[in-house]
Amino acid sequence: MPLITYREAVRHALAEELERDKNVVVMGEEVAQFNGAYKVTEGLLAKFGPDRIVDTPISEAGFIGMGIGASMLGVRPVMELMFWSFYSVAFDQILNNAANVRYMSGGQINCPIVIRGPANGGTNVGATHSHTPENVLANHPGVKVVVPATAYDAKGLLKSAIRDNDPVFFLENTMLYGEKGEVPTEEYVIPLGKADVKREGSDLTIVTYGRCVHHSLAAAAILEKEHDISVEIVDLRTIRPLDIDTVLASVAKTHRVLIVEEQKPFASVGSQLAYMIQREAFDELDGPIHRLATVDAPAIYSPPVEIEQLPNPQRVLKAALEAVG
Amino acid sequence: MSKKTTATADKKAAPAPSVSDFAQAPINAGLSREAKIELHRKMVRIRRFEERSLRSYQAKKIGGFLHLYIGQEAVAVGCCSLMGPNDHVITAYRDHGHAIAVGMDTKPLMAELYGKATGCSKGKGGSMHYFDPTRNFWGGHGIVGGQIPLGTGLAYGIKYKGLKGAAMAFMGDGAVNQGAVHEAYNLASLWNLPVVFVIENNGYSMGTSQARSSAGELAQRAAGYDMEWGQCNGHDVYEVRATMDKFLTLAREKNRPSTVEIDTYRYRGHSVADPDNTYRSKQEIEEYRKTKDPIQVFQQKLLTEGVLTEALIEQIDAEARAEADNTADFAEASPFPTPDDIQKDVYWESDNPAERKSQGRLFFD
Ligand SMILES: Cc1ncc(C[n+]2csc(CCOP(=O)(O)OP(=O)(O)O)c2C)c(N)n1
Ligand SMILES: [Mg+2]
Repeated sequence: MPLITYREAVRHALAEELERDKNVVVMGEEVAQFNGAYKVTEGLLAKFGPDRIVDTPISEAGFIGMGIGASMLGVRPVMELMFWSFYSVAFDQILNNAANVRYMSGGQINCPIVIRGPANGGTNVGATHSHTPENVLANHPGVKVVVPATAYDAKGLLKSAIRDNDPVFFLENTMLYGEKGEVPTEEYVIPLGKADVKREGSDLTIVTYGRCVHHSLAAAAILEKEHDISVEIVDLRTIRPLDIDTVLASVAKTHRVLIVEEQKPFASVGSQLAYMIQREAFDELDGPIHRLATVDAPAIYSPPVEIEQLPNPQRVLKAALEAVG
Repeated sequence: MSKKTTATADKKAAPAPSVSDFAQAPINAGLSREAKIELHRKMVRIRRFEERSLRSYQAKKIGGFLHLYIGQEAVAVGCCSLMGPNDHVITAYRDHGHAIAVGMDTKPLMAELYGKATGCSKGKGGSMHYFDPTRNFWGGHGIVGGQIPLGTGLAYGIKYKGLKGAAMAFMGDGAVNQGAVHEAYNLASLWNLPVVFVIENNGYSMGTSQARSSAGELAQRAAGYDMEWGQCNGHDVYEVRATMDKFLTLAREKNRPSTVEIDTYRYRGHSVADPDNTYRSKQEIEEYRKTKDPIQVFQQKLLTEGVLTEALIEQIDAEARAEADNTADFAEASPFPTPDDIQKDVYWESDNPAERKSQGRLFFD
């Protein structure tokens, strides 16, 4: 299988879906002429032309709202947010209009929109540009939330997201754009809502997603080698719908759980997971559920300290030892 | 039509147009007798529906907010009477008039107010959230100004699909101060989208007069976005049609957006919860009722034209009252949604399980 970057995987998914369905349009700031702020959409303008690949003004409420309106008429816009952090200026459009219009119309209106872009810390861009809003988004029934960790997952999941008839929010990661992974040349899709066991193990389950999957894999290798601890890693891939069954099956196997997430701890994705695991697998647990999250403060700028604010392999290692302790 | 004076009456609001001018605009001159009667009938049906819904509200049959359209009927009826098959409408929460104007049956509208399963949104939207995509009516939106980017998106969709049509995106005079509206203006003009932004200027956003909320003329802001704009008197359905026809044609033929400010007035409080005693005088309301009531104004014209007779007016009114009463009976007799319905209509996928492609839990407890 060819090795391609996460960035290329996203681009290939866009290109294939643009090819497949004339209703798909890609829109956002700098996506066309500039080839994408993070070069995800590089070359798409040349291939598909300005009617399909559209540069927008810096006007998130305006263009995302416009995409939502167009999606109600059957256009399938894939909107790029330069950073998911900028969702706050379009909050009303995203979480009042896209999330609610099907419900409030008694099921008469669909909103097949995808909003995608990076949502992560770790790039020293400070608190305004480092939000990870998957918990906030997933708090809204009516929406779907995807956070892929690998090139393979990013491609297969984005293709499903574009074909989905509900609004799907797709959260990428600038730290992963350059990461390579094996991606088959033949077409494939990955259903939303299906977790993936990224590593099998028997002593501890780490439930995680996004870039923390990689931190957890790195920590697991050390745990295996230096501590003889066998870790199973469940990558959620999709936050909503949530594949809790795969999580519970792993818990039934290892009886110990550590949640690792790039989230502020209060009311995070992990909070919801911990509730569900204790509720549905209480008897399987040999100890309390542990969690490693971002240190609870706005994202710090200072580059060496930001590394410590976020989950990282060393912090995962320490948290894992406590969890099996 | 600046309503720049504060609380007390703005006596010199709209300059009275000569009756004949707008009646003879081509879009009106070509109207059949039946079509003219239908315009009148729609306005009367809206008024009687609104009055009936107020009574039901007072009888505690209706929850939440109820924003009545009484006094503004000529705006929705005039605008929506111009709709062709590829024209679309979206508006704010004061949406009953538009819903009736686009041709929705009033029974499900009343049932929606009662929160019944037979409501136009199955009792899930309420007064502010009426929808009927089969009639190109996209709501009914509760957040001031939030529907304007969506309306711009409808125009984008029309154009993307290569259709000849226009979207009408309605808002109040208070909504023009929302950022989302300005973002939509810019996009619409920049990208040549076929949308007419319609400001229904009833002089007040809740209890705040235009003078206390907006700097400058409202429609003129469109000029800053290099958009055509216009103003008209919304008490005369002929004038509304003549003005809107021009701008709708511009949208359909040239893909150019515009902003039209229509001068109108609401007789009732902002919502039924508004005691209406802090920001305007009773005389001001009376003055509008006496001299500018859109139903009276049009009725008078049609009497002069010989289209309506006193007997026909009586008959139309009696029918509208009976219709409104029937809607209340229908709503009363209808069942409420059940608790099982709460989680329906959330996701397309959960409502179409046979076609579901995703896995995992969609709902949580
Ligand atoms: C963003 C937002 N802010 C405030 C409100 C509360 N609110 C509802 S209607 C309204 C007044 C709006 O007036 P206008 O736009 O003139 O419309 P009208 O009610 O006159 O039709 C206010 C303040 C709201 N619904 N949304
Ligand atoms: Mg107003």
